[in-house]
Amino acid sequence: MKTSLAGLKKGQKAIITDFNIDAIPLKLLEMGCLPGNVVELLQIAPLGDPIYINVNDSHVAIRMETAEEIDVEIITDTI
Amino acid sequence: MAAPTIKIALIGNPNTGKTSVFNQLTGLNQQVGNYPGITVERKQGSVKLPGNIKGTVIDLPGTYSLNASSIDENVVIELLLNRNDKDFPDVAVVVTDVENLKRNLLLFTQIKDLEIPTILVVNMADRMDRKGISLDIPYLEEHLNTKIALVSSRKGIGIDALKKLILDYKNLSTEPCLNASSIDPEYFNKLRNAFPNQLLYKLWLVITQDVNFGALERNEIQNSSFTKTKSELKRLQQKETIKRYQFINDVLKSGLTVDSSKAKDLRAKLDRLLTHKVFGYIIFFCILMLIFQSIFAWSAIPMDFIDESFTKLSSWASKSLPPGKLTELIANGIVPGIGGVVIFIPQIAFLFLFISLLEESGYMSRVVFLMDKIMKRFGLSGKSIVPLISGTACAIPAIMAARNIENWRERLITILVTPFTTCSARLPVYTILISLIIPNRMALGFFNLQGLTLMLLYLLGFGGAILSAYLLNKILKTRYKSFFVAEMPNYKMPLFKNVAINVIEKTKAFVFGAGKIILALSIIIWFLGSHGPGDNFKNAEAYITQQPQYMNLSQDEIDNEVAAYQLENSYIGIIGQTIEPVIRPLGYDWKIGIAIVSSFAAREVFVGTLATIYNIGSSSDDEATIKQRMDAEINPVTGDKVFNFATGVSLLLFYAFAMQCISTLAITKKETNSWKWPLIQLFGMSTFAYIVSLVAYQLLK
Ligand SMILES: Nc1nc2c(ncn2[C@@H]2O[C@H](COP(=O)(O)OP(=O)(O)OP(=O)(O)O)[C@@H](O)[C@H]2O)c(=O)[nH]1
Ligand SMILES: [Mg+2]
Repeated sequence: MKTSLAGLKKGQKAIITDFNIDAIPLKLLEMGCLPGNVVELLQIAPLGDPIYINVNDSHVAIRMETAEEIDVEIITDTI
Repeated sequence: MAAPTIKIALIGNPNTGKTSVFNQLTGLNQQVGNYPGITVERKQGSVKLPGNIKGTVIDLPGTYSLNASSIDENVVIELLLNRNDKDFPDVAVVVTDVENLKRNLLLFTQIKDLEIPTILVVNMADRMDRKGISLDIPYLEEHLNTKIALVSSRKGIGIDALKKLILDYKNLSTEPCLNASSIDPEYFNKLRNAFPNQLLYKLWLVITQDVNFGALERNEIQNSSFTKTKSELKRLQQKETIKRYQFINDVLKSGLTVDSSKAKDLRAKLDRLLTHKVFGYIIFFCILMLIFQSIFAWSAIPMDFIDESFTKLSSWASKSLPPGKLTELIANGIVPGIGGVVIFIPQIAFLFLFISLLEESGYMSRVVFLMDKIMKRFGLSGKSIVPLISGTACAIPAIMAARNIENWRERLITILVTPFTTCSARLPVYTILISLIIPNRMALGFFNLQGLTLMLLYLLGFGGAILSAYLLNKILKTRYKSFFVAEMPNYKMPLFKNVAINVIEKTKAFVFGAGKIILALSIIIWFLGSHGPGDNFKNAEAYITQQPQYMNLSQDEIDNEVAAYQLENSYIGIIGQTIEPVIRPLGYDWKIGIAIVSSFAAREVFVGTLATIYNIGSSSDDEATIKQRMDAEINPVTGDKVFNFATGVSLLLFYAFAMQCISTLAITKKETNSWKWPLIQLFGMSTFAYIVSLVAYQLLK
């Protein structure tokens, strides 16, 4: 199923398919947030923002507005 | 002739242990912490290599790549792109974390492209077993064109092997790992032909970011025919990153094996608890409460002891040293002044202990995660929490810690509001004022009123910071795209040694830093207080003894009156009385005024200054503590205590909000690169403080 990274539920894994490169900080790309890589949503902050993901073995927190710019294809559902 | 020293630069992703390796190599004690962005400046040390060769090691801030996105990262690029920099390394040591090797190698391949001899340190080797990681070192060395040192800087393993590799740096390969220019051959060919003498990758770095270096200026390239739009450049950078990861993945496929059956559950479990929507905040709040508790309640015992010791020392000095001007200065100026700082060692040590524990454990990053959304509303970033919390120790390192906030606006607001948080220099003032005006009683059975007041003052500080951030956010209307990427490090058991070093070094820095200022100011104030212009000062004794109302006093009381009269007519008395009209509406007399003025050098001199003034103003040899003296001060006009409730509250508020710290202003100037912001801090905060104190005093008196 296609969605944006912001649409993932806690514990879901997905593959990054595409993103709006102008809206994504370069630093995030360098941490491995690149098309083809698997991303897992680990935590959502209590107030709904930011989210805490694991991509390419990098554990990072990013804001929703950034996550919305990243398209993903969901591969697993919450267990 | 001495052999030339080898220049070594430690480079790597944030939090990979560069500073730990640095400390191992140099034997120095730079601050280490499990939070990305502990080191924000170049630090230098020297190392003894085998065969009596000397080396200079530079510790650098962590960076994810050679594309800088915050100022601390810029430090690295500026150094590596400038061959004329006096610190330009002979050998680059890239420090990586074995658990994050893939990502860490991205930076490594970039540095290899600069054709500098490079050693790869794979650090945290002690964690390999637990994580089920094994490495094929010869394979990796061959495919990465480098030499590898497997190191555990915690356990001190592999450091000697690293030293040997450094010694042998001339034999390291300088060949790049991959050919980055293949992402756009046509473009790079043109570039190569236009600047045949420059390294291609270096040109590329200069084009893509805002660093100037040496002879080759950025404009020169941009004015040539290679201009691309920002967006085109970024697309190329993405291609470059993908290409590098392809290479790294290929190498690691055979070079690294991970047995994923080994448990790695702890992190997830702790994360679930610490960032839980209820427990997360409760835990954070409890930790803050614990810190207050330790500062106020647990520190009291050693503080009382220190207070008494210094009072005894002071009276001992005045009795056993030969009488004279110098003795007076020591007994009445210097000893109480120093005592005024030393007394706060317990509180400051506790504060640094907790902050250090929060950083070392990895918890600080979780707070950043919890708080980002709230902070964003006030124009701050989740990362602003770190300066705001460590600002409770001292605003100077706190303002520097704002460097890893990527967004200039969020960073600027953080810098501007951090001085509102209650730093340790305010503690001396708060503690003594609270003990004078708030009864030491329990409220509702278990809240100590004094402790509660102190906590209220801390909250007031945070409130001031948040509120002014909100206002600044409204005023500074630059449009910007907020962006926030915060790495969440793995949890680590804090290393006792790291924490201890941290606490000791920082406490030492505080005591000596403040000690110097207090020493200087006590001497100045003592001098100005015991000398005066004109006859009033000189003939004080004759004047007092002639006054009819003093006729029946004992010799002791007369001495006191003479001293007080002299003080009023001394230089400091004259200065104080000149400024008195300005501060009178706030409920302060001229002596407090002097203490406030000298507090603009540093707040903690308040108590010392008053101690000095009161000492001069009374005939020596009585044994009262500073607090007793303050309590005994009587306003000659009203006959009321000088430190009554209204004045006390007004003073507390003044110290809570006023910008009284030259060092903070200097660091703000340095960090923002302009006088505008420190001046705004100085006048904005102090005006606000004046108004609040004025209102409070007028309402309460
Ligand atoms: N287990 C283990 N932990 C280590 C080792 N070396 C460093 N650490 C820990 O890793 C954390 C980061 O260490 P630092 O030396 O501050 O890292 P840094 O690379 O200087 O970090 P920045 O200055 O923030 O870029 C600290 O908590 C260290 O105690 C090691 O060999 N093994
Ligand atoms: Mg460091």
